[in-house]
Amino acid sequence: MAKGVKPRVKVPKTASAGEMVTLKTLISHKMESGQRKDSDGNKIPRSIINRFTCAFNGKTVVDVEMLPAISTNPYFQFDAVIPEAGEFHFTWYDDDGSVYETKKKVEMA
Amino acid sequence: MEVTRRDTMAIGGAAVISTLIPSISVASTNDLILGVTGGADAATSGIDLTAPEIAENGNTVPISVDAPGAVAVTILAAGNPLPGVATFNFGDGAGSQSATTRIRLAGTQDVIAVAKMADGSFAAVSKTVKVTIGGCGG
Repeated sequence: MAKGVKPRVKVPKTASAGEMVTLKTLISHKMESGQRKDSDGNKIPRSIINRFTCAFNGKTVVDVEMLPAISTNPYFQFDAVIPEAGEFHFTWYDDDGSVYETKKKVEMA
Repeated sequence: MEVTRRDTMAIGGAAVISTLIPSISVASTNDLILGVTGGADAATSGIDLTAPEIAENGNTVPISVDAPGAVAVTILAAGNPLPGVATFNFGDGAGSQSATTRIRLAGTQDVIAVAKMADGSFAAVSKTVKVTIGGCGG
Protein backbone atom coordinates (compact mmCIF):
# COMPACT_ATOMS: atom_id res chain seq x y z
CA MET A 1 0.00 0.00 0.00
CA ALA A 2 1.26 3.40 -0.95
CA LYS A 3 2.14 5.60 1.97
CA GLY A 4 0.03 8.42 3.32
CA VAL A 5 -3.09 7.73 1.29
CA LYS A 6 -5.94 9.55 2.93
CA PRO A 7 -9.39 9.79 1.35
CA ARG A 8 -11.47 12.86 2.06
CA VAL A 9 -15.06 13.31 0.98
CA LYS A 10 -17.56 16.09 1.42
CA VAL A 11 -21.15 14.91 1.68
CA PRO A 12 -24.12 16.74 3.24
CA LYS A 13 -25.25 15.14 6.51
CA THR A 14 -28.93 15.53 5.71
CA ALA A 15 -31.00 15.78 2.54
CA SER A 16 -34.65 15.69 1.56
CA ALA A 17 -35.97 12.76 -0.48
CA GLY A 18 -35.19 13.13 -4.18
CA GLU A 19 -32.76 15.98 -3.59
CA MET A 20 -29.73 16.35 -5.83
CA VAL A 21 -26.53 16.86 -3.88
CA THR A 22 -23.01 17.68 -5.01
CA LEU A 23 -20.27 15.43 -3.71
CA LYS A 24 -16.59 16.30 -3.60
CA THR A 25 -13.85 13.75 -3.11
CA LEU A 26 -10.11 14.06 -2.77
CA ILE A 27 -7.58 11.36 -2.03
CA SER A 28 -3.93 12.05 -1.32
CA HIS A 29 -1.88 9.96 -3.70
CA LYS A 30 1.32 10.61 -5.68
CA MET A 31 -0.16 9.31 -8.95
CA GLU A 32 3.26 8.48 -10.40
CA SER A 33 2.63 8.68 -14.15
CA GLY A 34 5.36 6.30 -15.35
CA GLN A 35 6.69 9.09 -17.62
CA ARG A 36 9.07 10.73 -15.17
CA LYS A 37 12.73 9.82 -14.80
CA ASP A 38 14.81 9.89 -11.63
CA SER A 39 18.20 11.60 -11.34
CA ASP A 40 19.97 8.58 -12.90
CA GLY A 41 17.71 8.66 -15.96
CA ASN A 42 15.76 5.55 -15.02
CA LYS A 43 12.02 5.59 -15.52
CA ILE A 44 10.04 5.76 -12.31
CA PRO A 45 7.44 2.98 -12.61
CA ARG A 46 3.78 3.90 -12.87
CA SER A 47 1.83 3.81 -9.63
CA ILE A 48 -1.60 5.39 -9.78
CA ILE A 49 -5.13 4.87 -8.61
CA ASN A 50 -6.80 3.43 -11.69
CA ARG A 51 -10.46 3.35 -10.67
CA PHE A 52 -12.82 5.26 -8.42
CA THR A 53 -16.40 4.34 -7.69
CA CYS A 54 -19.18 5.92 -5.69
CA ALA A 55 -22.41 4.13 -4.83
CA PHE A 56 -25.44 5.05 -2.74
CA ASN A 57 -27.14 2.09 -1.04
CA GLY A 58 -25.53 -0.17 -3.63
CA LYS A 59 -26.68 1.93 -6.60
CA THR A 60 -23.79 3.25 -8.71
CA VAL A 61 -23.44 7.01 -8.94
CA VAL A 62 -20.19 7.18 -10.89
CA ASP A 63 -17.51 4.73 -11.87
CA VAL A 64 -14.39 6.47 -13.13
CA GLU A 65 -11.54 4.79 -14.98
CA MET A 66 -8.39 6.80 -14.40
CA LEU A 67 -5.23 6.96 -16.50
CA PRO A 68 -1.87 8.58 -15.66
CA ALA A 69 -3.04 12.01 -16.89
CA ILE A 70 -5.11 12.46 -13.73
CA SER A 71 -3.37 14.89 -11.38
CA THR A 72 -1.67 14.12 -8.10
CA ASN A 73 -4.23 13.87 -5.29
CA PRO A 74 -7.15 13.03 -7.59
CA TYR A 75 -10.15 15.25 -7.07
CA PHE A 76 -13.69 14.58 -8.27
CA GLN A 77 -16.86 16.53 -8.03
CA PHE A 78 -20.19 15.13 -9.21
CA ASP A 79 -23.91 15.05 -8.41
CA ALA A 80 -26.05 12.34 -6.88
CA VAL A 81 -29.76 11.98 -6.23
CA ILE A 82 -30.74 10.87 -2.73
CA PRO A 83 -34.03 8.93 -2.84
CA GLU A 84 -33.95 7.77 0.78
CA ALA A 85 -31.74 7.77 3.85
CA GLY A 86 -28.68 5.65 3.40
CA GLU A 87 -24.97 5.50 2.96
CA PHE A 88 -22.52 6.61 0.30
CA HIS A 89 -19.74 4.15 -0.34
CA PHE A 90 -16.58 5.54 -1.97
CA THR A 91 -13.90 3.17 -3.24
CA TRP A 92 -10.51 3.82 -4.83
CA TYR A 93 -8.49 1.03 -6.49
CA ASP A 94 -4.71 1.36 -6.54
CA ASP A 95 -2.37 -0.12 -9.20
CA ASP A 96 -0.67 -2.12 -6.43
CA GLY A 97 -3.91 -3.88 -5.56
CA SER A 98 -4.81 -1.91 -2.47
CA VAL A 99 -8.33 -0.63 -2.09
CA TYR A 100 -9.16 2.50 -0.13
CA GLU A 101 -12.67 2.89 1.14
CA THR A 102 -14.72 5.41 2.99
CA LYS A 103 -18.42 5.62 3.86
CA LYS A 104 -20.71 8.53 4.66
CA LYS A 105 -24.24 8.35 6.04
CA VAL A 106 -26.97 10.70 4.86
CA GLU A 107 -30.13 11.19 6.90
CA MET A 108 -33.48 12.55 5.84
CA ALA A 109 -34.00 16.19 6.73
CA MET B 1 15.34 48.69 -40.22
CA GLU B 2 18.07 46.13 -40.28
CA VAL B 3 16.88 42.55 -40.05
CA THR B 4 18.95 40.77 -37.47
CA ARG B 5 19.50 37.06 -37.14
CA ARG B 6 17.27 37.07 -34.09
CA ASP B 7 14.38 38.58 -36.05
CA THR B 8 14.75 36.02 -38.80
CA MET B 9 14.70 33.17 -36.31
CA ALA B 10 11.63 34.53 -34.57
CA ILE B 11 9.69 34.97 -37.82
CA GLY B 12 10.77 31.60 -39.16
CA GLY B 13 10.00 29.84 -35.88
CA ALA B 14 6.56 31.39 -35.62
CA ALA B 15 5.76 30.45 -39.21
CA VAL B 16 6.80 26.84 -38.70
CA ILE B 17 4.81 26.51 -35.49
CA SER B 18 1.68 28.08 -36.91
CA THR B 19 1.72 25.87 -39.99
CA LEU B 20 2.60 22.62 -38.23
CA ILE B 21 0.59 22.60 -35.03
CA PRO B 22 -2.99 23.06 -36.29
CA SER B 23 -2.71 20.35 -38.94
CA ILE B 24 -1.25 17.81 -36.52
CA SER B 25 -3.63 18.43 -33.66
CA VAL B 26 -6.75 18.56 -35.85
CA ALA B 27 -5.97 15.22 -37.46
CA SER B 28 -5.19 13.47 -34.21
CA THR B 29 -8.20 15.04 -32.46
CA ASN B 30 -10.50 13.49 -35.05
CA ASP B 31 -8.67 10.18 -34.87
CA LEU B 32 -8.98 10.12 -31.10
CA ILE B 33 -12.71 10.85 -31.23
CA LEU B 34 -13.20 8.11 -33.83
CA GLY B 35 -11.18 5.76 -31.62
CA VAL B 36 -13.67 6.25 -28.79
CA THR B 37 -16.80 6.07 -30.94
CA GLY B 38 -15.53 3.07 -32.90
CA GLY B 39 -15.69 4.94 -36.20
CA ALA B 40 -19.15 6.45 -35.69
CA ASP B 41 -19.63 10.16 -36.26
CA ALA B 42 -20.01 12.29 -33.17
CA ALA B 43 -22.45 15.16 -32.85
CA THR B 44 -21.02 18.50 -31.80
CA SER B 45 -23.85 19.53 -29.48
CA GLY B 46 -25.10 17.95 -26.28
CA ILE B 47 -21.85 18.06 -24.41
CA ASP B 48 -20.13 20.92 -22.67
CA LEU B 49 -16.48 21.02 -21.64
CA THR B 50 -15.17 23.70 -19.32
CA ALA B 51 -11.42 24.16 -19.29
CA PRO B 52 -9.23 27.17 -18.67
CA GLU B 53 -7.94 28.99 -21.75
CA ILE B 54 -4.52 29.30 -20.17
CA ALA B 55 -3.21 26.93 -17.51
CA GLU B 56 -0.08 28.08 -15.77
CA ASN B 57 0.73 24.69 -14.35
CA GLY B 58 0.12 21.65 -16.54
CA ASN B 59 0.33 19.38 -13.51
CA THR B 60 -3.14 20.25 -12.35
CA VAL B 61 -5.61 21.70 -14.83
CA PRO B 62 -9.22 21.85 -13.60
CA ILE B 63 -11.78 20.67 -16.16
CA SER B 64 -15.50 19.93 -16.01
CA VAL B 65 -17.81 18.14 -18.38
CA ASP B 66 -21.56 18.27 -18.59
CA ALA B 67 -23.38 15.93 -20.93
CA PRO B 68 -27.09 15.55 -20.13
CA GLY B 69 -28.31 12.08 -21.05
CA ALA B 70 -24.87 10.53 -21.35
CA VAL B 71 -24.02 7.13 -19.93
CA ALA B 72 -20.27 7.63 -20.19
CA VAL B 73 -17.89 10.50 -20.90
CA THR B 74 -14.29 9.93 -21.99
CA ILE B 75 -11.70 12.68 -21.57
CA LEU B 76 -8.69 12.74 -23.89
CA ALA B 77 -5.67 14.99 -24.14
CA ALA B 78 -4.42 14.99 -27.74
CA GLY B 79 -0.91 16.23 -26.97
CA ASN B 80 -0.02 14.00 -24.03
CA PRO B 81 2.38 11.05 -24.41
CA LEU B 82 -0.62 8.87 -23.56
CA PRO B 83 -3.80 10.58 -24.80
CA GLY B 84 -6.23 8.84 -22.43
CA VAL B 85 -7.18 10.76 -19.29
CA ALA B 86 -10.28 9.24 -17.74
CA THR B 87 -13.68 7.74 -18.42
CA PHE B 88 -16.67 8.63 -16.28
CA ASN B 89 -19.44 6.03 -16.25
CA PHE B 90 -22.64 7.46 -14.79
CA GLY B 91 -24.91 5.09 -12.89
CA ASP B 92 -28.57 5.19 -11.82
CA GLY B 93 -27.75 7.19 -8.72
CA ALA B 94 -26.18 10.08 -10.60
CA GLY B 95 -27.96 13.39 -10.19
CA SER B 96 -26.58 14.86 -13.39
CA GLN B 97 -24.18 13.69 -16.05
CA SER B 98 -21.53 16.17 -15.06
CA ALA B 99 -18.22 15.90 -13.28
CA THR B 100 -15.20 17.97 -12.40
CA THR B 101 -11.63 16.79 -11.98
CA ARG B 102 -8.03 17.89 -12.37
CA ILE B 103 -5.79 16.62 -15.12
CA ARG B 104 -2.18 16.73 -16.30
CA LEU B 105 -1.29 18.29 -19.63
CA ALA B 106 2.17 17.95 -21.19
CA GLY B 107 1.87 21.20 -23.13
CA THR B 108 -0.48 23.44 -25.08
CA GLN B 109 -3.01 21.15 -26.71
CA ASP B 110 -6.62 20.19 -27.29
CA VAL B 111 -8.59 18.58 -24.50
CA ILE B 112 -11.38 16.41 -25.89
CA ALA B 113 -14.52 15.08 -24.25
CA VAL B 114 -16.57 12.36 -25.93
CA ALA B 115 -19.95 11.43 -24.51
CA LYS B 116 -21.74 8.17 -25.18
CA MET B 117 -25.45 8.84 -25.01
CA ALA B 118 -28.08 6.43 -23.72
CA ASP B 119 -29.33 5.79 -27.29
CA GLY B 120 -25.84 4.76 -28.45
CA SER B 121 -24.98 7.98 -30.30
CA PHE B 122 -21.93 10.07 -29.50
CA ALA B 123 -21.21 13.72 -28.93
CA ALA B 124 -17.77 15.28 -28.82
CA VAL B 125 -16.26 18.63 -28.00
CA SER B 126 -12.70 19.86 -27.83
CA LYS B 127 -11.06 22.87 -26.30
CA THR B 128 -7.55 24.25 -26.64
CA VAL B 129 -5.70 24.83 -23.40
CA LYS B 130 -2.47 26.81 -23.39
CA VAL B 131 -0.02 25.41 -20.88
CA THR B 132 2.92 27.43 -19.59
CA ILE B 133 4.68 24.63 -17.67
CA GLY B 134 4.08 21.08 -18.84
CA GLY B 135 3.01 18.41 -16.41
CA CYS B 136 4.48 15.12 -17.50
CA GLY B 137 8.00 15.17 -16.12
CA GLY B 138 10.26 14.12 -18.96
